[in-house]
Amino acid sequence: MTAVPVGPPRRLIELTVDDRTVRLPEGSTLLQACAAAGVETPTLCYLENLAPVNVCRVCMVEVDGSRVLVPACSRPAEPGMTIHTESARVRLARKVVLEFLASSVDVSLAPQAAGYLERYGAEPGRFGTPAPPAAAGVRGGAAPGEHEASDGLAAATVAQPVSLDNELYVRDYSRCILCYKCVEACGVDAQNTFAIAVAGRGFDARISTEFDVPLPDSACVYCGNCIGVCPTGALMFKSEYDMRQTGTWDEEEQAVTDTICPYCGVGCTLSLHVQGNRIVKVTSPLDNDVTRGHLCIKGRFGWESVQSRDPTGA
Amino acid sequence: MDLRPIEDLPSEEERHAIDAVLRPAASAREGGSPEGPEMWAAPGPEGRRDLLLPALRAVQARAGWISRGALGEICRRLGIPPAEAFGVGTFYALLSFEPRPPVMVHVCDDIACRMAGADDLCAEFEARTVPEGGHGTNTGLAWKRSPCLGRCEGAPAILMQRAGDAAGDLSLAPASYRDVEAETSGDGRGPGDEPPVPQAGEPALRLLRRIGRVDPSSLDDYRAHGGYEALRTAVALGPEGVIREVKDSNLLGRGGAAFPTGVKWEAVARQPVRPHYFVCNADESEPGTFKDRILMERDPFALLESLTIAAFATGSEQGFVYVRGEYPLAAERLEAAIELARTRGYLGEDVCGEGFRFDVELRQGAGAYIAGEETALFNSIEGRRAEPRNKPPFPVTHGLFGKPTGINNVETLVNVLEILRIGGQAFARVGTEGSTGTRLFCLSGCVERPGLYEVEFGATLREVLDLAGGIPGGRPLRAVLLGGAAGSFVGPEDLDLPLTFEATRAAGVSLGSGVVMPFDDTVDLEWILLRIARFFRDESCGQCVPCRVGTVRQEELLSRLKAGRAIGSREQELAMLNEIAAAMRDASICGLGQTASGAILSGISRLGLFPAGAAT
Repeated sequence: MTAVPVGPPRRLIELTVDDRTVRLPEGSTLLQACAAAGVETPTLCYLENLAPVNVCRVCMVEVDGSRVLVPACSRPAEPGMTIHTESARVRLARKVVLEFLASSVDVSLAPQAAGYLERYGAEPGRFGTPAPPAAAGVRGGAAPGEHEASDGLAAATVAQPVSLDNELYVRDYSRCILCYKCVEACGVDAQNTFAIAVAGRGFDARISTEFDVPLPDSACVYCGNCIGVCPTGALMFKSEYDMRQTGTWDEEEQAVTDTICPYCGVGCTLSLHVQGNRIVKVTSPLDNDVTRGHLCIKGRFGWESVQSRDPTGA
Repeated sequence: MDLRPIEDLPSEEERHAIDAVLRPAASAREGGSPEGPEMWAAPGPEGRRDLLLPALRAVQARAGWISRGALGEICRRLGIPPAEAFGVGTFYALLSFEPRPPVMVHVCDDIACRMAGADDLCAEFEARTVPEGGHGTNTGLAWKRSPCLGRCEGAPAILMQRAGDAAGDLSLAPASYRDVEAETSGDGRGPGDEPPVPQAGEPALRLLRRIGRVDPSSLDDYRAHGGYEALRTAVALGPEGVIREVKDSNLLGRGGAAFPTGVKWEAVARQPVRPHYFVCNADESEPGTFKDRILMERDPFALLESLTIAAFATGSEQGFVYVRGEYPLAAERLEAAIELARTRGYLGEDVCGEGFRFDVELRQGAGAYIAGEETALFNSIEGRRAEPRNKPPFPVTHGLFGKPTGINNVETLVNVLEILRIGGQAFARVGTEGSTGTRLFCLSGCVERPGLYEVEFGATLREVLDLAGGIPGGRPLRAVLLGGAAGSFVGPEDLDLPLTFEATRAAGVSLGSGVVMPFDDTVDLEWILLRIARFFRDESCGQCVPCRVGTVRQEELLSRLKAGRAIGSREQELAMLNEIAAAMRDASICGLGQTASGAILSGISRLGLFPAGAAT
């Protein structure tokens, strides 16, 4: 049964998106206004179960009367606004922002990125050959306000070795677009553990524990909610990572089955991703009333016991 | 919130430094006897998080770096997750989370200092001590290059961070390696003599009137020079009256955005939500800018009086002055002035016996240009990373601690004294219709008498340059940088441009923070464009993609042009630069990204830098 939120009735406001008039409740965002107008808006750092941080800047739209473009994900809709989502300014900004991302970060596992890059005709290769990856620990120790001089022929990237410091999940920060979602999920938006935060500054800003200590030495409780919100595959189940390394990961072959977590009385919905009759990862639906997509270590990772009884012994 | 603390303990000296900022821990609950994590519980998640940066600064000043034990102690006492505190600390260039020698010398190699020989100074450090950033073992000293230290009129400048009990930080200009040796061996000259401002004694001065005449450590001397008369006038007028005078004066903000001050004050005053705060933005960090430093060092009570008037007008009971970390002398003098004003009843529960409450807290930055962006400044005071907030909402409704907040830069505030002295309408009779009053200009670079000048609005660029003696050696003028790194270049053909808000806007340039930096025909302007690109890359906070990556791509592109190794043709590179600039200008969260290409594009379009043929 789905709970129906009952709040005070909200006034409808009217605005224009790409010459179409839309009416929606006061307090809605421009992203919702665009959706109401049937306009699909690219987003990367936005997720419906987290507070918008408006940092990726791919959802920028043009609002008449505004000096600069505005982020659709967080900007409240106001009556009478005129929004343009396909103007030359919007298309150029979205294209170049996508190029910035794809030229500095490995977005090959970000499900939406390829479509966005194609839609805006982005050419991330035009800034030069990607620079070689940093050695382990270099980005984690970068001092704010300085950087090595370069000849500009190689395009700087965040490429670096994968962080493998625990049995449950890996952190591949070569894929991190710094969307802040994992920090939000680890903090007040879900888990309230605060094991990670954004450290450093500028191009060297990164997700880090205190003093960059490995996860087992940090406050991490392995709820995996950071993995659940990561849009680029930078945070990944160890099981998925291992299968990708051996080339056996195949989403086409996976079935997703919803069930209820058996561990406690809360009753979180688990979505079991099953490949070859084995659970390969666990998620929870974002719109689930109980979890809002978030789980704890038991629901997220506590399924090995199921498979250890596998008669094949695999 | 159940935080997992760092188990390492601080050293005695670290604990003392922390105690000096936070009151000594009394109980195990507050970390008094942190023998194990189970002994500890957070006193409150957000209790006094705003003391995080002061505590980090205190440990840095005492120990020269911030250890695991020290960070752990601060986190226990303030109830802050260690990862978050580390994220905040690593934002600031003047804080170190690795051991380093007790003396760290920041050698300014920004535009004005480079023209005054900063490269030679760096070479001398390199030869006599250790490689840049190296941790000297034998010398007890390390050094690194720094962005503008705000001492451009005396370039080249250095900032010495000196760890220990009493040493404190020291900014020197002009500075030599010998000065650093003298300071470290105990027979240094300290901050040194303060030369008079070039126009000292001229009767028409409004903002610089007292500079060099008044004793900055004496409230009585300040009063003898007319001090606190404006506050008396303000009280007589009442808050609405003050706002009316400020609106009549048509005073526009001097920090760069030129917003009408009276309109801002009125908006804050009208907010029903309480409390209101008033903040003075003294995080002046725009390369080439040093005006606010001189006002604070030489006439600190003027700022306090102005801030008190602003607070009275806007109904604010608590004020903050946020001074950039590179200004130790300004901070020291302001702190002393605040203490004295408090003792004498000019701040406190009942200001001057007039029945209103106002007090001021001084906060110091720790090396971050972006903290001068108003919402980033709020985050910095609140103990968060100095990342700008998305606007709207604006500070007048959601500012410091989420409350209605007025914020003005030092020069803007000090103008208020003159407005109340002569009245808003009389104030507006000086200058032009769109730019009333006088303006401070920071002259440095290729100019005969570098320094701070006060000029009535309407004066042309030529007149301002002439006032400072023009270009030395009779060399031809090649270009002028107006408004700093976030401003733009103009050429000799623009010498008759009136330096007003309206005329510069019409010409597509900006007065910014009042930087006027001329260059003669010997200066490598392409290097300066590259230095500006490097500056923005180093100072981007990294929050939003267009600025975080755009400033990198911009610097890479200019490096290629400078080396004559364009990808494709020069025209393709310039077209790409225009697209990078457009994305940064249109899609960045704050003014840093929005203006990070302005000076560079103006250098290419107005000065013809990186011409075709030079780079293919």
